[in-house]
Amino acid sequence: MRPLFALFIGLLFGAGLALSGMTSPAKVQGFLDITGAWDPSLAFVMAGAIGIGLVLFRIARRRLPPPSHRVDPALIGGSVLFGIGWGLVGYCPGPALTALGSLDPKALTFVAAMLAGTVLQRVVASLRDQARGLARPTGEQAAAANACGA
Amino acid sequence: MVIDWQNFTPLASLAGGVVIGISAGLLAARSGRILGVSGFVSGFFEADKEWTARLALIVGLILAPLLIGTVHALPSVVPEVGWPSVIFGGLLVGFGTRLASGCTSGHGVCGLSRLSLRSAVATGAFMASAIVTVFVLRHVA
Repeated sequence: MRPLFALFIGLLFGAGLALSGMTSPAKVQGFLDITGAWDPSLAFVMAGAIGIGLVLFRIARRRLPPPSHRVDPALIGGSVLFGIGWGLVGYCPGPALTALGSLDPKALTFVAAMLAGTVLQRVVASLRDQARGLARPTGEQAAAANACGA
Repeated sequence: MVIDWQNFTPLASLAGGVVIGISAGLLAARSGRILGVSGFVSGFFEADKEWTARLALIVGLILAPLLIGTVHALPSVVPEVGWPSVIFGGLLVGFGTRLASGCTSGHGVCGLSRLSLRSAVATGAFMASAIVTVFVLRHVA
């Protein structure tokens, strides 16, 4: 990934988000409010993106490792937490970043909190990995545990 | 179910979606990378050789609406919620997307385009919890 090409992709992606209406938290919440006055526009964003995506990712499939089909508690739990935040504010990560240019205090604060959440998850994950490393039983301990019927 | 016809923008949204899909597909085809914004944000904390490229992509993302805004009026990007929601919501989005290894772009656009079961489950889960959250906010609380 070359920086200049990445910049171009960022501009294109940001333009798509702005054109589609995804950058408006009010519109996102209007889409999620299916029992109120529902604005189905963002379903069209998904349809457009995935419609062309199905073709382009098929062409690009040799450039990528095969997609994962693994489903685990972290995937579901993390997605549920993300959805709560998304519904609460109307920002997912892309639109939150595109909102930075407005220099609006709430947009800036949201991105700062999102970065804090990202760091927090990294810290929790590394502590858990460390704890797992420490808890890994030695041969002797494992034998003792087996003897106890554990 | 009542459709909000006043705010309904099917053509602009479809066109914007196509542009989003093209940007993700191009990045995959040319660079072999998944366009996942939460991953790029997390990569901010990793010093490797793609650090500059990830930052450049984020800069493009920020510049795009500013450039378009000079020729075409865009809707407000300011959230209509109070400060506690902004802070709590930001923390949840940051933490949740990294725990799930992806967000609306990585799972919702790229993963679904690749027919990944993992991404389909993630997208179903975050859509469902977001819909329930808005329901509680607007019709219960």
